[in-house]
Amino acid sequence: MPLKKSLILLTMTLLALAQGCNEQSTQTSPSSEVTPAVASRNSAAVDDKPAYGDMLINGSIGDASVLLPVLASDSSSGEINGLIYNGLVKYDKDINLVGELAEKWDVSEDKLKIRFFLKKGVKWHDGKPFTAKDVEYTYKIYVDPKTPTAYSTDFLKVTEFKVLDDYTVEAVYDKPYAPALGSWGQGMLPSHLLEGEDITKSPLKRHPIGTGPYKFKDWVTGEKITVDSFHDYFEGRPYIDRVMTRIIPDLATMFLELKALSIDQMGLTPLQYVRQTNTKWFKDNFNKYKYLGFGYSYLGYNLQDWKFKDKRVRQALTMAIDRESIVQGVLLGLGAVTDSPYKPDTYWYDQNVKKFPYDPEKAKQMLAEAGWKETNDEGVLLKDGKPFEFTIITNHGNDIRKNAAIIIQRDLKKVGIKVHIRVIEWAAFLKNFINKRNFEACLLGWGIGIDPSQIDIWNSKKTGESELNFINYQNPEVDRLLDLGASTYDRQERKKYYDKFQEIIAEDQPYTFLFVQYALPIINSRFHGIEPAPVGIGYNFTKWYVPKRLQKYTIQP
Amino acid sequence: MFLNEDFVRRIGKNKMAMAGLCMVAFLFCVALFENELAPYPPDRIDTSNILAPPTYQHLLGTDVLGRDVLSRIIHGAGVSLSVGFVAVGISTLLGVMLGALSGYYGGALDKAVMRFVDVMLCFPSFFLILAVIAFIGPSIWNIMIVIGITSWMGVARLVRAEFLSIRERDYVQAAISQGASDARIIFLHILPNAMAPILVAATLGIASAVLIESGLSFLGIGVQPPDPSWGNMLTEGKDNIEIAWWLSLFPGMAILITVMGYNMLGEGIRDSLDPRLRR
Amino acid sequence: MRFLVKRIALMIPTLIGITIISFTVMKMAPGDPTSLMTDLNPNMNEEAVKRIRAHYGLDQPWHVQYLKWLKNMAVLDFGRSFAPDNRPVIDKIAERIPITLFINILSMVLIFSVSIPIGVISAVKQNSMFDRVSSLIVFIGFAVPTFWLALLMMILFGVKLDWLPISGFRSLNFARLSPIGQVLDIGKHLVMPIFVSAFGGLAGMSRYMRSNMLEVIRQDYITTARAKGLDERTVIFKHAFRNALLPVITLLGLSVPGLIGGSVIFETIFAIPGMGQLFYQSVMMRDYPTIMGILVIGAALTLVGNLLADILYSWADPRIRVND
Repeated sequence: MPLKKSLILLTMTLLALAQGCNEQSTQTSPSSEVTPAVASRNSAAVDDKPAYGDMLINGSIGDASVLLPVLASDSSSGEINGLIYNGLVKYDKDINLVGELAEKWDVSEDKLKIRFFLKKGVKWHDGKPFTAKDVEYTYKIYVDPKTPTAYSTDFLKVTEFKVLDDYTVEAVYDKPYAPALGSWGQGMLPSHLLEGEDITKSPLKRHPIGTGPYKFKDWVTGEKITVDSFHDYFEGRPYIDRVMTRIIPDLATMFLELKALSIDQMGLTPLQYVRQTNTKWFKDNFNKYKYLGFGYSYLGYNLQDWKFKDKRVRQALTMAIDRESIVQGVLLGLGAVTDSPYKPDTYWYDQNVKKFPYDPEKAKQMLAEAGWKETNDEGVLLKDGKPFEFTIITNHGNDIRKNAAIIIQRDLKKVGIKVHIRVIEWAAFLKNFINKRNFEACLLGWGIGIDPSQIDIWNSKKTGESELNFINYQNPEVDRLLDLGASTYDRQERKKYYDKFQEIIAEDQPYTFLFVQYALPIINSRFHGIEPAPVGIGYNFTKWYVPKRLQKYTIQP
Repeated sequence: MFLNEDFVRRIGKNKMAMAGLCMVAFLFCVALFENELAPYPPDRIDTSNILAPPTYQHLLGTDVLGRDVLSRIIHGAGVSLSVGFVAVGISTLLGVMLGALSGYYGGALDKAVMRFVDVMLCFPSFFLILAVIAFIGPSIWNIMIVIGITSWMGVARLVRAEFLSIRERDYVQAAISQGASDARIIFLHILPNAMAPILVAATLGIASAVLIESGLSFLGIGVQPPDPSWGNMLTEGKDNIEIAWWLSLFPGMAILITVMGYNMLGEGIRDSLDPRLRR
Repeated sequence: MRFLVKRIALMIPTLIGITIISFTVMKMAPGDPTSLMTDLNPNMNEEAVKRIRAHYGLDQPWHVQYLKWLKNMAVLDFGRSFAPDNRPVIDKIAERIPITLFINILSMVLIFSVSIPIGVISAVKQNSMFDRVSSLIVFIGFAVPTFWLALLMMILFGVKLDWLPISGFRSLNFARLSPIGQVLDIGKHLVMPIFVSAFGGLAGMSRYMRSNMLEVIRQDYITTARAKGLDERTVIFKHAFRNALLPVITLLGLSVPGLIGGSVIFETIFAIPGMGQLFYQSVMMRDYPTIMGILVIGAALTLVGNLLADILYSWADPRIRVND
């Protein structure tokens, strides 16, 4: 789905954001033995001109929670909100910032002022014009301490916000802040409907009004959410008339629905991708896509725990874990081992970052150097008479993480470390374990933002309760580099800081970086116009279409 | 005592009870000799051979990490049996205690206990169990305890009824008139005579505890990995039902056989005890 | 009428007991329920935490909290959900309860209409082939994990044969179907869920009916009726059947909690947006107000079921006017 702006750096789930090394693995081929309705689906492109109409039915594992981007932090809501709202800026298919609701912008010489010139003639779904007042309201609601939002950090850096005229606004910062521009991609909210209201009680939470390509139609809780194309959309009417998101809380059931052709699109699991979708029938009816996702999984060590204080121990742990076998066994090869908190195929990734390949012998040696020499009768390493034994916690509902943990357990046993695994449901996981620092090691994932700033995860001060440096990583040099990176606009200079940062992280190994997963969307082949790009496939969703002769549903508004 | 020769003879003739007994005995053997019977260690991972269909190497196929399904089912038997026994131990203990007090003393105590039973019976017990387990955290011990304290009501009612009727019998009345202590009467005179229905209820209770445990594990808040539990295995089966039927079929059958074994044994014992139903 | 009033009056202490247990369950949750809400909202400040604590009365001793909670409950105010949608709990439950009730009622109808004949025939022809086969099926029915049955059915009828839809409870084009089409559509969607939810009950009920019937057949008055030379058919249906049926009615009330409890599993598997699914989601999210609301309402539904059963019972057998 069109996730246009992934500013959500810190989502803990791996957002299946599409990107990079795209490969349309399944070439659709003409076929004649399928049912008449789809018989000539893929033949002769002559009359397959873009046409309005039809509906795309999307499968979603969870229901949305709230359809106001400022309040929503779950990916289900995020996907729907992406269709309904626009930001001032967005990332284009090559991950460059371009204007969306903003026609253009000026950044002052000293990088302290950003002035946005808004597009004229943009309408809200209720017909009212979009103006600077809406931007002002949106800014204010994000920084309002009463607003329960997860996205205030960037906007709180704004020291002054000015409305210059109906279509010009200016944000002032007290020092240069490189992620600032991208932060204005957050969805703009309609001030004429929300001003003076308590946003947490607003009816717009369930009946949103935005400026985006699709306008809200209805929401049957736990069942489906429907949006219809907005004919007055400022970038032109989207071809697909309706997008329905069906909530199917179970991936196996969702896959059966896909096979029954009652949903058009879903994200596949590696097993479904490798083992269940290579039949001729699937090739005739669906196109599969595959690209490295914007997120990585890691094993994080609680650095306050005495066992993990020595960096030699952490390096040894990384070397003792056969990460390649996790990628092969759990992801079935649909992923890549990673050694850095950046996405391996992006600009910010440091190609020279130090790697710790699988080497259990060397690991044992290093553990011995760090004092883990003797073993007890179970074969578990001892230091000062205490065994090397710890628990990995991970969240419920993610089999890939659970299975990765089981393989790690096996690998570490080979070098004499005893590992226990606890799978905990999400809310309790955050509340009782992560936020309370009540864990030894955790297996989790971070979404990788498009902007390289990762202060919230690595800064020495971000270790308070509910903050994200929950492993308590402390390194003044890293703090300094990240601050420099955030205040540098020049890309090349900025990259130097982040390269250095990655080198230090690699040496310190506060995490064992595990892998980056591929996003594996599958889409019914009647949809045309899908053009994989570095940012994924959803960026041009409004240009997707179904040729007239292949249209399956007739939409009556 | 109910374990007299007559009973043994009757139950020996009861085909259902015998069939149930065989199934249960079989499971016990499996659980007892799990290490000898399982062809592989249950946690032996082989990522190069995941989701392999049944072959000579792996009679029931392999799972998503290439572990041997047969070995995991064998090791799961122990988990299932211990959950069943401990949970039922707890619920029977609670039920007998409350039922005995209620039936023996009667009066306000009886009223209070029975009211409590009514209230507990009103809750959809699976809801209650799910909520409590999620709150206190899933672990095999928590599951046993929670299933135990949410399923004692039937036993309590039964024991109470038995006590009410046995209490009126001559020999009990005689004991009372001779000034025997309450404890003596309860444990020596009444309880032994109420054992039979308790045994039946407990046997059936094990069956339902096994089912509940598998349901909880299936929903992901039961036994934690990497411990094998039939319910957990079925979750994996569900996720791969189209490509790995063996992952759904065999653990499901293991549950089926276990639960059926206990049910048949329980019902068989009941039939053998209840002379009215005999031909 | 007096019976009814008395019966309803008797429900009140039970209802209070239900709320006490629900409240205890809530107190079992580690820590403070509001900390969950605040933990997930980075911007929740001290002030807001206090406000929420006061709103839920968490700054007061537990008996005061309980009474306050009870007072709100009396007017069906369960508070607002902790889920991000923050809606009133009663709204969330109200929109999901009809489908769950509908499925449960239908499955109960199915249970009764199938299991009673099976039970009667098995009893009358005890040890016949029919009895043996049905006993075996009953034992399997008792022992089958419902989720396993659901999976096997989905594969067979949904995927292999493609006869029935796999999930949800109505089609996408539902609104455009004719009224008859709509009924058929819902019917098709509910075949599997209803069957799965009824299967266990089916086994239990027919077993129960069989043993009741066996017991009744051995009673003196049946022997007398036979001795009088009445034909077997009259004996069985006029005398035995009626009396064997009576205790089954009580089971009607008792089976409500089991059915509702089972809805967690089949609603999750079949993606039916009912109360069971909501409960599972709430438990996973630790949405305490919703969990409590469903627990209380689920138990109250059982009470209503019991009441209905009692009314039915007294109607069917006027001799019985409960005096406890």
